[in-house]
Amino acid sequence: MSLMLMAVQSLNGLQLGILLFLIAAGLTLVFGVMDFINLAHGVQYMAGAYFAVTAWLLTGNFMIAVILALAASLAFGLLLQWLVFRHLMGRDHLDQVLATFGVILTLNEAARMIWGPSPLSLPIPEALSGSIVLMPGLLYPVYRIGIIAAGLAVALLLWLLIARTRVGMLVRAGATHAPIVAALGINIDRLFAMVFGFGAMLAGFAGMMAAPILAVEPSMGDNLLILAFVVIVIGGIGSVRGAFLAALIIGFVDTMGRSFATDLMKLFLSPSAANDVGPALASMLIYILMAVVLFFRPAGLFPARGT
Amino acid sequence: MKKFGVGALAFAAALGIAAGSAAADDLKIGMMLTLSGPAASLGKHVQDGFMLGLKEADGKFGGVATEVIVADDELKPDVAVSKARELAESDKVQIVVGTVFSNVMMAVAKPLSDAGVVVISPNAGPAPLAGQGCSATYFNTAWQNDNNHEVMGQYAESKGFKKVILMAPNYQAGKDSMAGFKRYYKGEVADEIFTQLGQLDFSAELARIAAAKPDAVFTFMPGGMGVNLVKQYSQAGLTGTIPFLSAFTVDETTLPATKDDAVGMFAGSQWAPNLDNAANKAFVEAFRAAYGYEPSLYASQGYDTAKLIDAAVKASGGKLDKDSLVKALETASFDSTRGSFKFNTNHFPIQDFYLVKAVKNDAGAYVTEAVEKVFTDHGDAYAEQCKM
Repeated sequence: MSLMLMAVQSLNGLQLGILLFLIAAGLTLVFGVMDFINLAHGVQYMAGAYFAVTAWLLTGNFMIAVILALAASLAFGLLLQWLVFRHLMGRDHLDQVLATFGVILTLNEAARMIWGPSPLSLPIPEALSGSIVLMPGLLYPVYRIGIIAAGLAVALLLWLLIARTRVGMLVRAGATHAPIVAALGINIDRLFAMVFGFGAMLAGFAGMMAAPILAVEPSMGDNLLILAFVVIVIGGIGSVRGAFLAALIIGFVDTMGRSFATDLMKLFLSPSAANDVGPALASMLIYILMAVVLFFRPAGLFPARGT
Repeated sequence: MKKFGVGALAFAAALGIAAGSAAADDLKIGMMLTLSGPAASLGKHVQDGFMLGLKEADGKFGGVATEVIVADDELKPDVAVSKARELAESDKVQIVVGTVFSNVMMAVAKPLSDAGVVVISPNAGPAPLAGQGCSATYFNTAWQNDNNHEVMGQYAESKGFKKVILMAPNYQAGKDSMAGFKRYYKGEVADEIFTQLGQLDFSAELARIAAAKPDAVFTFMPGGMGVNLVKQYSQAGLTGTIPFLSAFTVDETTLPATKDDAVGMFAGSQWAPNLDNAANKAFVEAFRAAYGYEPSLYASQGYDTAKLIDAAVKASGGKLDKDSLVKALETASFDSTRGSFKFNTNHFPIQDFYLVKAVKNDAGAYVTEAVEKVFTDHGDAYAEQCKM
């Protein structure tokens, strides 16, 4: 377990954390601001990836494809909001879970019918196609640095939007005192629709950024959705800052577990037992972390202000 | 309630008569495949291959009018069992062609065999059904599950690799894969990496591999996981330095997604589009023309299954009772896309296996290509335990 490997794995942990943050940011925003459990966030992530692939096939240019796909993700989010989600506002969480779960099933099969069951791919854009040597024999794609940069940019943008703009102020006020904001003459439904559309766009953006390194296939968002929920529960529901820090912690813990748990177990156990226990422990690590956090800080590590 | 019961009985009786009269002369085949969900592409390949075979027989296997009833098992054993009962009892099929996945097969094999239905698996070949749990009415036209992993183990051994890292998802099939590899590879296993099922990012594992500098990596990473791994392995620049040996990871179902990233990677398979025999050439061409995409080993298995049934029904002279069908299937001879093909004592294939490599062909499509024969007339490790 050399120092070099340790450093490389730290970088990998950071990058996984950033990817998780990209996905969790929209989820925590919608959940925290509108008190709406949107299980369909994962399929919005999938839709973003498919939109990008389709736009890329049409235009052949990564940047244009991302811009088109962002617009499509936004429109798609607003459409879902108009068709399904606005009817669920203020309803019981169980109703929301049931309805949005139905949306997952429907859209996953729809994606399979439209784009086929086989995985698709989006090539890495030319400008980011290089790689740097991380350690002897191991390259690190520049594109992954691009993902880290994009994640940091989204974090900064969200902070500016929420903390420094008038819309952000209204969103914060609407989250806690919706009737009063409405009484002041603000169209609260439109405000929430906007937040929702923005959340969908963030999910779609995460899908686009992940598409060149992951398989674009139906149900690709389902596994990630669980991780995203772990992130926002640990971070404190509704807190973008919490989601950012929790995503980094989870990315780091998960990567370190996968890298070193088996070797660590070999110090105490026979090699074959370590091979059984190590991977099992590594895959449970983040859930154990979540349980511990929930026990000591039920509201999460960094609860949103005002809630 | 009582009224409903009587009505249902009458209805069932009517159905029974209708189905019974149809079964007297027609061949009814139930196809049970996974056709929805993330793993649907394998089922689609099998189905398309099989339907192409049926079309080439003008919809009549062995000259007998054939009806195919397609059922989607949704990769859920409980759903599969109820649909299997339906196929056997109300549709009265003589043959079920299925399944794609072994856990589904383990759930439906017994109910179907109890109902007197002949099962021909175009893919799933679990060890229990090849060994002590083998059955006269169960056939497999693909391979025993361990075979393609054994191919890679034998190849690694014959290349003289001294140090290999194995990587597979942490579930039963992943562990079976490593066991199959190690049955023929006798060198050092430097590390066994178990990943999470459905894992997306492999950076941590790739860094471990790069640090250990093995002679080769062997992996079994089906579906989307495999696509992720292949892309990331190539993006990490490992393809050129550490050979990537795999089973059920690099094939025509995943190549459209991995494209150039997979080129140069190896897999074990009983089939490849470039196998040099007339049946295969005709199949690959007809498949491309009919469906507009490249056939995979799964498609070839579906097609061979159709050809097998065609030959068997012809040999039995159109007799469709269970015993005549089993006898005809055991000895049926057909032109397999694989060249040589015959059934072992446990109704699993004895066939050749190849090292295949992902390439970009002249037409710009990404396909596999057989580069070396690894096993000749290879059976499986469980046949001895089968007492039929």
